[in-house]
Amino acid sequence: MAKETTPEELVNVDYEAPKKDWTETPVEFREGMYCYGSRPVYLQEVGFPNPREWSPADEDWKLPENWKEIVLTAMEERLSKYRSFRVFMDICVRCGACADKCHFYIGSGDPKNMPVLRAELIRSIYRKYFTIGGKLLGKRAGARELTEDVIKEWWYYFYQCTECRRCSVFCPYGIDQAEITMIGREILNLLGLQTDWIGGPVANCYKKGNHLGLEPHAITSNIEYLLDDIEEITGITIEPSFNRKGAEILFVTPSGDLFGDPGTYTAMGYLMLLHELGLDYTWSTYASEGGNFGFFTSMEMAKRLNYKIYAEAKRLGVKWILGGECGHMWRVLNQYMDTWNGPADFMEEPVSPITGTKFENAKSTKMVHICEFTADLIKHNKLKFDPSRNDHLNVTFHDSCNTARGMGIFDEPRFIIKNVCNNFFEMSSDATREKTFCCGSGSGLNAGENIELRMRGGMPRGHAVKRVQEKYGVNMLANICAIDRAVLPPLMDYWAPGVDVCGTHELLANALVMKGEIKRTQDLRLEDLPGVEDDDDDDDNNEEGGE
Amino acid sequence: MKIYSLLAEKKPDVLKKWFALILETYPKETSSFLKSQNSQTRNPVTQAIYEGIEGIFNGLVHEDDEDKLNIYLDNVIRVRAIQDFSPSEAVSFIFSLKEVIRKELDKEICDPKMFKELLGLETRIDSLANSAFEIYMKCREKIYEIKANEMRNWTYRALHKTGFYKEVRTEE
Ligand code: SF4
Ligand code: SF4
Repeated sequence: MAKETTPEELVNVDYEAPKKDWTETPVEFREGMYCYGSRPVYLQEVGFPNPREWSPADEDWKLPENWKEIVLTAMEERLSKYRSFRVFMDICVRCGACADKCHFYIGSGDPKNMPVLRAELIRSIYRKYFTIGGKLLGKRAGARELTEDVIKEWWYYFYQCTECRRCSVFCPYGIDQAEITMIGREILNLLGLQTDWIGGPVANCYKKGNHLGLEPHAITSNIEYLLDDIEEITGITIEPSFNRKGAEILFVTPSGDLFGDPGTYTAMGYLMLLHELGLDYTWSTYASEGGNFGFFTSMEMAKRLNYKIYAEAKRLGVKWILGGECGHMWRVLNQYMDTWNGPADFMEEPVSPITGTKFENAKSTKMVHICEFTADLIKHNKLKFDPSRNDHLNVTFHDSCNTARGMGIFDEPRFIIKNVCNNFFEMSSDATREKTFCCGSGSGLNAGENIELRMRGGMPRGHAVKRVQEKYGVNMLANICAIDRAVLPPLMDYWAPGVDVCGTHELLANALVMKGEIKRTQDLRLEDLPGVEDDDDDDDNNEEGGE
Repeated sequence: MKIYSLLAEKKPDVLKKWFALILETYPKETSSFLKSQNSQTRNPVTQAIYEGIEGIFNGLVHEDDEDKLNIYLDNVIRVRAIQDFSPSEAVSFIFSLKEVIRKELDKEICDPKMFKELLGLETRIDSLANSAFEIYMKCREKIYEIKANEMRNWTYRALHKTGFYKEVRTEE
């Protein structure tokens, strides 16, 4: 529970500036800054090592007896397996260009959140055990002994990095701290040092196909519930298919879109768009997760979880896969899927059945991003919109780190938004596109217990939104990521109250003029569209008035 | 009052010194980072703090009402409320303004009339500190509220997961 501040504390004002040398001090675990340790059952489910009850706040982390050997062997293996890792350990010239580019550093002011120092946490061990200089000169060469305290420090700070890659954009050598963090976490994982918030979704996804552990009936019944709402809003009955063999396209999206607002409105958007096109597609209740929390534990686990998408595509015999709005799902697909589980030769090169456009970028993975698909439809005039339905919204767009820096999708979502909304405003160029600021909750950090960390990490993003809120009256923050849809609302609540959050396909479906629809008086959130008279209501009113 | 017009003239110096004292509350690597950058988005912390203290200063010398001053206090405190500060550290920057002003008006306050005016101003700064504590507490409460809301949403999701929510909805 919250620590109550006593009046004594409040009046006890210290006129002296606190003098702390942050780099010298051992790590202090502050509540609100870290996630709970994973419960053993989650690790057991997927065969991860050292399952046990533990808490990061404990003195004794119950590490395996030979933990040091495990860590050093794991480092050695990775140094020879990944050339990038060795290069990143060797070439940093400490120029400092990356230092102030991390949102966690900007928000917290904690020097160990400078990317260069975060890397130094592991680099100092590398020097000590894997370089001659470090072995001989020790501390003078920036080397240090591997102790349990170092492991604790790794854990604290590698889970204060969202693997967002912003720092790498500014590094003259392209050193990618995200990759270093991934390896750091992978090594910690070998000691059973997993967070509960990541461990749970991984185990769920492994067993049931999605992070929330939803069984097939829960998935279908939730989609049906969204369909009821769509029918109320548009008068149109939609009947999507599930697990249908022989469908042309398999649609995969993060399960977060099916539960929890505002993700659900984005899911309604997909349902409406795909229905309007009459697309021959199917949902799967087995490959029911686009996201991949395995990616935050180890490459091997990510690969195992990712495989189910291809396995399901094969089982259903689809020609290609369409993927919803998600962040790390696309990073995984774009950067790793093909190497791990591809090429998916049993499918065909994706071609839009509506426009005939070939998605050559998806030639090997056979998986197309819905924003590319939709932007292509708009470009070919295949959709009809009434953007005035979004006129009460002043929209800005948050580039998710994963789709922006992980795959370079910048223009498609903007193109869609500009076609379906009349009021679009960009945030500063220091905070968008490849320089975008992270939401502060990515890479599995979107737990509840570390909310302070999330508010700090999201400060630069929140601040950039507040600027456009003040300047242009922005009241809607659009994005193309399910984690964003879950974590940006609380972030806005703190940094820019009054700004709401939505997926891009929610905006699209609000404006989409569908064949046979009734007059729209409500948006996808079942809220009245401003300035639109409800004909029936008028009648009702008249009737009531006449009584 | 005379003291206000005097201070208005010294605004750039007062703000510079006040800002420097605030930066000292950060670790040394960080304070130099906060000092060095100009771009607003690149360095949102500096911007929030600087704009905040400038607004507070203007509000004090123009004798603005509390509501207006609170907006600027909020600017600074919202940031410090989520950083590694104790409650007193988070709001102590208000008191450093007193220190700066006393030094800045070193000579002038020898005049008893001016000294009296200074005491009046310091009382206003003290009452600002009360508002600052309140804003700090509100920021902290907001964080706990956000946390509680998330818990509630998860419970709601758990109900969805079992299909229970759907059943209730259908029965309604
Ligand atoms: S990858 Fe992102 S979170 Fe991690 S150190 Fe770099 S900027 Fe910070
Ligand atoms: S920018 Fe690159 S080379 Fe410079 S300190 Fe950062 S990681 Fe090292």
